[in-house]
Amino acid sequence: MNHPDTTAVDINRRGAGSFGEWYASGAPWVWFTGGAVAISAILVVGLLLLIAVRGLGHFWPAPVTVAQYAEPGQPARPLIAQLGATETVSAARLESAGIPVDTDQPFYDRRLVKVANRDVYGSDFRYLLDQWIVERSFPADISVFERLEWGDLFGTLVSVSEAGNRVASGDSAWAAFEQRHDRARDLYAQIEHIQDGEIGKVNYALEQLRLQQRRYELNDAFTAARKAEMAEKRTELDARYAELQAELNELQERIERDSITVRVQTGETVTVPLEEVVRGYQPNAMGLGEKIGFYFAKIWEFVSEEPREANTEGGIFPAIFGTVLMVLLMSVLVTPFGVVAALYMREYAKQGVITRTIRIAVNNLAGVPSIVYGVFGLGFFVYAIGGSIDQLFYAESLPAPTFGTGGIFWASLTLAILTLPVVIVATEEGLARIPRSIREASLALGATKAETLWKVVLPMSSPAMMTGLILAIARAAGEVAPLMLVGVVKLAPSLPMDGNFPFLHLDRKFMHLGFHIYDVGFQSPNVEAARPLVYATALLLVLVIVLLNLAAVRIRNRLRERYRALEH
Amino acid sequence: MTAVSSTKPSNASDRHALLGVMDARTRWRYLKDRFARWGVAVGGLGVIVAIMLIFFYLAYVVLPLFAPAKVTSHGSYALQPAMAAQQPWLLAMEEQAEIGVRLGSDGQAHFFDVATGALRETVPVIADGEPPAVAFDIIDRASGRFAIALADGSVRIAEHSYRSEFTDGVRTIIPGIAYPYGEGSLALADGPVDALEVRTAEESVLLAGVLPGNQVRIARFVQEVGLFGGAGELEADAQTTLNLEFAPTTIRIDPQQAWLYALSADGRLAFWSIRDLDNPQRIDLITVAEGESLRQATFLNGGISLMLAEPGSGERGLISQWFPVRNDDNSYRLQRVRDFKLPAGTVTDVDIEQRRRGFVVGTDSGKVALYYATSKRRLANFDVGDVAVRSVALAPRADTMLVETADGQLHRYDIHNEHPEISMGALWGKVWYESYPEPDYVWQSSSATNDFEPKFSLTPLSFGTMKAAFYAMLFALPLAIFGAIYTAYFMSPQLRQLIKPTIEIMEALPTVILGFLAGLFLAPYLELNMPGAFLLLLLLPPAIPLAGFLWTRLPPNMRYLVPDGWAPVLLIPVVIAVAVLAFSLSNPVEAALFGGSMPNWLTNELGIDYDQRNSLVVGIAMGFAVIPTIFSIAEDAIFSVPKQLSQGSLALGATPWQTLVRVVLPTASPGMFSAVMIGMGRAVGETMIVLMATGNTPIMDMSIFQGMRTLSANIAVEMPESEVGSTHFRILFLAGLVLFMFTFVFNTVAEVVRQRLRRKYSDL
Repeated sequence: MNHPDTTAVDINRRGAGSFGEWYASGAPWVWFTGGAVAISAILVVGLLLLIAVRGLGHFWPAPVTVAQYAEPGQPARPLIAQLGATETVSAARLESAGIPVDTDQPFYDRRLVKVANRDVYGSDFRYLLDQWIVERSFPADISVFERLEWGDLFGTLVSVSEAGNRVASGDSAWAAFEQRHDRARDLYAQIEHIQDGEIGKVNYALEQLRLQQRRYELNDAFTAARKAEMAEKRTELDARYAELQAELNELQERIERDSITVRVQTGETVTVPLEEVVRGYQPNAMGLGEKIGFYFAKIWEFVSEEPREANTEGGIFPAIFGTVLMVLLMSVLVTPFGVVAALYMREYAKQGVITRTIRIAVNNLAGVPSIVYGVFGLGFFVYAIGGSIDQLFYAESLPAPTFGTGGIFWASLTLAILTLPVVIVATEEGLARIPRSIREASLALGATKAETLWKVVLPMSSPAMMTGLILAIARAAGEVAPLMLVGVVKLAPSLPMDGNFPFLHLDRKFMHLGFHIYDVGFQSPNVEAARPLVYATALLLVLVIVLLNLAAVRIRNRLRERYRALEH
Repeated sequence: MTAVSSTKPSNASDRHALLGVMDARTRWRYLKDRFARWGVAVGGLGVIVAIMLIFFYLAYVVLPLFAPAKVTSHGSYALQPAMAAQQPWLLAMEEQAEIGVRLGSDGQAHFFDVATGALRETVPVIADGEPPAVAFDIIDRASGRFAIALADGSVRIAEHSYRSEFTDGVRTIIPGIAYPYGEGSLALADGPVDALEVRTAEESVLLAGVLPGNQVRIARFVQEVGLFGGAGELEADAQTTLNLEFAPTTIRIDPQQAWLYALSADGRLAFWSIRDLDNPQRIDLITVAEGESLRQATFLNGGISLMLAEPGSGERGLISQWFPVRNDDNSYRLQRVRDFKLPAGTVTDVDIEQRRRGFVVGTDSGKVALYYATSKRRLANFDVGDVAVRSVALAPRADTMLVETADGQLHRYDIHNEHPEISMGALWGKVWYESYPEPDYVWQSSSATNDFEPKFSLTPLSFGTMKAAFYAMLFALPLAIFGAIYTAYFMSPQLRQLIKPTIEIMEALPTVILGFLAGLFLAPYLELNMPGAFLLLLLLPPAIPLAGFLWTRLPPNMRYLVPDGWAPVLLIPVVIAVAVLAFSLSNPVEAALFGGSMPNWLTNELGIDYDQRNSLVVGIAMGFAVIPTIFSIAEDAIFSVPKQLSQGSLALGATPWQTLVRVVLPTASPGMFSAVMIGMGRAVGETMIVLMATGNTPIMDMSIFQGMRTLSANIAVEMPESEVGSTHFRILFLAGLVLFMFTFVFNTVAEVVRQRLRRKYSDL
């Protein structure tokens, strides 16, 4: 603790004097500087909290309110909705937006409500004035159905039908729905498996066959024997395709059997085939335990499923996969080059003006805007090198480019160049920290310089390299601007890694968490629906990056400790 | 570990002896060592060279922008006798520049092989026995449409057209003459006209001819839709006669059929509005070149700019560019925009590029020069010979040129002219673009049509970059620098260990997240609570020292609860309270002072346009992104000021603040300078935040309530759609290069300053 009597630097409590004296001592300025720290800290923590609260809140099963919306001068309308946040808006603004408000009341609370049922009402979200939402209640039988298309459906389940005939209604409907829904989901999974897995494989093989034939034709080697061989293969694949298609049709027929009928807020009924329903639940009837279970199930869906509905629903698995794979590829590329360059500059190059200049230049490259690397990657890697590769090795698929367009390999390479300075600087720092005595000891024992480096210096500096690599990964994972030019897309048809030879498809375009945020947040037609998902994605990205940085800091600290011990 | 061979010599200092008796394993080890040395050197240098390659590659892509046009001669040949007898009215080529056409003043069209000059076919546009041709006009170069006036006052419209045929994979181009409105003639006057101008639109034809007695006769014909839906006959629709002050030598009408220009033999130019044929009006009568004869006038591609050939002075003619400009009162005037001086001689013929704003000029002294209007560049200039140029013709792709000289020779040239639109003036200066009321900085890179004049001024983008960086620094500098001062100098070590990494970790926060929050959270929030933001700005500065003063008034036992250097922790609730207060006052203040909506009030009362995604939002978001950078470096600089300096000052009786201002900050100032430079570099190059938090409109306006478009955001927006190798593509690379150089210079200065500072400290 501090001792208040020994106050050489004790500006905070120069308590006795007058205001003038206090002012003359410069203490207000000190408080100002302290205020700047406080504001910065509030900003940082506030930002993280904002993302965390909005990102995590989305998955909680919010209760569905049943109410009347009583707009003055109009009959009250029924409302079934999830109530969102409110904001205070002046009557003048509302009036200019054409809402019949009473201007005697200066402010109104405006509430964002989710009415869902986009197919019925046109839009999922609405801004309503809070005080006009009256007679609120939370009946337990209100159900929420997540659908493959048109977003959520809010309403009361009226009946369940099989092939058009009602099989359950009223109180027994929910149990029937749950049981039949499980069956439909099961069939749906089978259909998905055949469509994406099996048929995808056949299509891939057919495409390869077509390219093979084109290759033969280009080389003037499309002989009759080959022609026959290919025709045979093609027939085989076609037969397999027909077989799968038949299976698919049969499954399709079975899944189309059931449907549900739901009454929505306007009193209309909507019939939805069960195959369309992803999930159905009754949030008002759920207990806390159920809600927690539901919450985690939704989070799991978010990280493990594919996106639906123009990325505004479902999960972000392809984006996570793309980000991770790209970062891994980048690490594989950047580490050896970065370490070799650092080794050269620190261990082999003569430490003169030139090396110093190079060091400054490399340092500064870390400050060059990332978009510039993107421009370079697009021009040099994609168009110049990729174009040449296509001419030489993929002539059969021209004019459709293979490597002559953005893809995961070029993206990784571009980011590798972008993060190279980070790795070089960190590794060099690590090499510089290793005490001279250790090298000299190794050399004195008769080891060559290479052996000293390989067996003594590099292992000792490996934490520094790790730090560099982690920082590089953290930077690469959050970088979006260059990727927009070299291969990221909003929706990739297939993952860059799959079961078809050669398994890792370096030429494929990919999805990326950062770009996903940009795209869904700014290019999406349904921003309100997408916003919570963007917060969740942002939270995931922030978590990954903050954790990586914390890891780097820890490793660095531990490294310092270790060498401090060595120096004694 | 390092097992030394058993045959280790007793005298180890004798290196030669040692090498001589090394066993295989040792030799292998030394070989490996040498390999490693070379491998690392080659690898390391390779990596460094590869990084440096970025700069050279960008420059390599950019450089062709500034290269002049390359013109290669392919020799010449004499005109075929059939053609040589007549003056050329039309000299043109088809798309592939394989076949040329030359229409003589006798109404005969000769198609010839461009490479050899061999005659392919002759088609009479005016048949034998018809009245002789007296005047001629090119209607549209792209479709090859032209018109000939006959001596009986009628006008015939025709096209030179081409079709390709493939036989055994070999393409043959077959030329021909087509008559889009039938082979007949349209009646314009009763006798021969002196000059002819024809314009055709989808279903109408406008004829204009000069009659004796200073008159211009204009007649419009409309195509009736035929009985069965096909195009029918042209029927006279409206007719008018203009009375001029002079006998025109040449008349021109723009493709929109709105303006008529008439040239006189005494150097005057009359400018008429003929949009309403029943009520034509003279707008201007300009004396261009007193007493000199004006004869040549050609529209540039797009049909807006009129290029007028003038005799000039000192044996050097010139071409002047004119177009109608809208005045403030919505009336029009004809504006002289640019002059292009010829290398020598006076103009004999002008031809234009069909897809850009370029043109080529031939002179009576045998010179040919290639120009570009927008960039005001002369791209090439060469001699054909000592004889006068009779006619020049550019192929549709502007890659081949034919020059006919007075001695009956045709000269063929290849032109390599990729990027004429670009000059330093066009990139950075004000340019008077077509239809603009005044010269301006404009970035507008693409449009749907070929007629569009691309506007490639990097100035608004650079301005936007600077504006964004300025507002970001405005927000970030006080917070980062003040915060760094407190953290390094006043803060207790325990708290510093917590605060410093917290703020620094934000440096790694992906900017896409900041941009997303700025665009989707901050921008709408600020729009609703704008007065609150300004209130906060007003309330916070007095509130903080006030809180500090009140703290000193508290009883000592309470104050001693909080250790030294924890002021920020005390201030956190104060700041939060002031913020809550400011934003809760936002709505009442807005209602009381701004009529309930500050954006509306700004627009209506002050005339300031309000964008939801404006500079304020960008300033806050990007300021947030650069705070950690500046904070971290500045804090290091202050913290590493040797302690004996400040302790000496304090020992002499200075207060801590005096010590800081007089001793510590001057010593650390180079480091803080470099912090600001690096922060600035980051703000300049940041892409995602500006992309998401502004409307990306390239305007030049310093207003805090408007957005901007920056160089980096522009690259991100336009690069994916840009055609490889096009001017647009290269300019985007140039924008990248500018960003690269800019940040590189900033960072280098900062780095050098910092290294010098480090050396200074080590002296202390």
